[in-house]
Amino acid sequence: MTHVARETLLASLKAGMHLDGRPLAAYRPITVTTDISYSAEGSARVVVGETDVIVGVKLAIEKPYPDTPGRGNLMVNVELRPMSNPRFEPGPPGEEAVEVARVVDRGIREGGALHAEELCISPGKQVWSVMIDICTVNVAGGLIDAAGLGALAALLHSKFPEHTDDIVHYDRRTSKKLPIGTQPLPVTVFKIGDFFMVDPLPEEEAHMDARLTIAITEHDTICALQKGGSIPLAKEDIHQMVKIALKSSHELRKNIPRQK
Amino acid sequence: MAYEKRFDGRGFDELRPMEAKVGVVKNADGSAMFKIGKTTAIAAVYGPRELHPKFLQNPETGILRVDYNMLPFSGHGDRVKPGGSRRSREICKVMENALLPVLDLKDWPNSVVDVFVDFPQTDAGTRCAGICAASLALADAGVAMKDMVTAVAIGKVEDKIVVDLNYEEDSYEHGSDVPIAMLPNSGKITVIQMDGEITPEDLVVIFAKAEAACRKIYDVQKAALRAKFKKQEDVS
Repeated sequence: MTHVARETLLASLKAGMHLDGRPLAAYRPITVTTDISYSAEGSARVVVGETDVIVGVKLAIEKPYPDTPGRGNLMVNVELRPMSNPRFEPGPPGEEAVEVARVVDRGIREGGALHAEELCISPGKQVWSVMIDICTVNVAGGLIDAAGLGALAALLHSKFPEHTDDIVHYDRRTSKKLPIGTQPLPVTVFKIGDFFMVDPLPEEEAHMDARLTIAITEHDTICALQKGGSIPLAKEDIHQMVKIALKSSHELRKNIPRQK
Repeated sequence: MAYEKRFDGRGFDELRPMEAKVGVVKNADGSAMFKIGKTTAIAAVYGPRELHPKFLQNPETGILRVDYNMLPFSGHGDRVKPGGSRRSREICKVMENALLPVLDLKDWPNSVVDVFVDFPQTDAGTRCAGICAASLALADAGVAMKDMVTAVAIGKVEDKIVVDLNYEEDSYEHGSDVPIAMLPNSGKITVIQMDGEITPEDLVVIFAKAEAACRKIYDVQKAALRAKFKKQEDVS
């Protein structure tokens, strides 16, 4: 990663631009490709600038949790693969991976992306578990938003496999899609000095003071929040960050591939 | 029983369609994608870089580390739990043995060359596809190499010796699987494994078929490297 002096960065932000010349509330070029892994029930690859993530959805029949006997299970896991950045090492998920996974999870869960009751096969006995694995190929800024976009795209393109009782026939896929409710997307607004932006370059992200991830549905409701970074935010900061996130979410949403 | 026609309709010596691309992971020192049929390997190389923890360092030479990893949704049945298995650990070792003979890391004491290989989807032949991708990524990283490394699984299904097994053939009850890594210029073998049952005479045929298949893989690798470096020339 190239190092950029804070003054250089602030000068660019003052002119209303990222270091690559984009407006502060704009994303880098985004491409979303679905069905990139035939072995997953749903999959997507999202490239935002040089950030590149692969998301796969696996479905399994499991016992429901005792407190939600009539609802399916959801799990979101993030693998910050060592190939994707020299700062990641092999081993169990660290703090950073767990935070990204939990933020994406909360958006999907609290936003009601899945009708969990429709994932129930037999109350208290058998439900579908939806397991979303987000694996990084290259991490170069703006990871949470790319991960959230990938997770939603993979969910939208998932198809149930056939099953007999609790045996799943993974080699026989049906045309039945997941019961999708809303379509939440996380948008992360970064604060550097007095400036706000989305989708920072890695050399910008290195100067982050604070960030706020705001998961937003297509109805412009907020379904999850997460503040990161060690510098406190004023209430007015948060209002402004929400405003920016709402606007940028509309741009991000255009990249959700249409369901086949 | 005779195996008259392959499950996927291929000729007995026919490899599945291949695709290779170099420079697919921007942060890495070298990287490559190698796809054969529905098995996709992405390899990235970091290094030579300082090796940590320090007690692993060798003052005489740099070392090679390979990390083979099937992504959780890349298996044929259930989700593959992250974190590796006895199987994946063995394959890491096998891949290191496949690649190390073409490297000379004597000029890099106390260092490591890390090769990470991830699979978004698999349909048998992962260690071989992984070796082909890793070899391309090492070349892309500019690590000095004596030769490329190519690899393919030759197998026996019933009475027929076939090239590049897919999952259906690999898991067939009356079949054998012989993954082979070969250095295309010297013809030397850096990996051979086998499970199943073959005759010593079969082995002669297997080597001949492996050699022919590896030449085709080598052509795909060379084309991928040329494509990247040609692009760079065009820019400059």
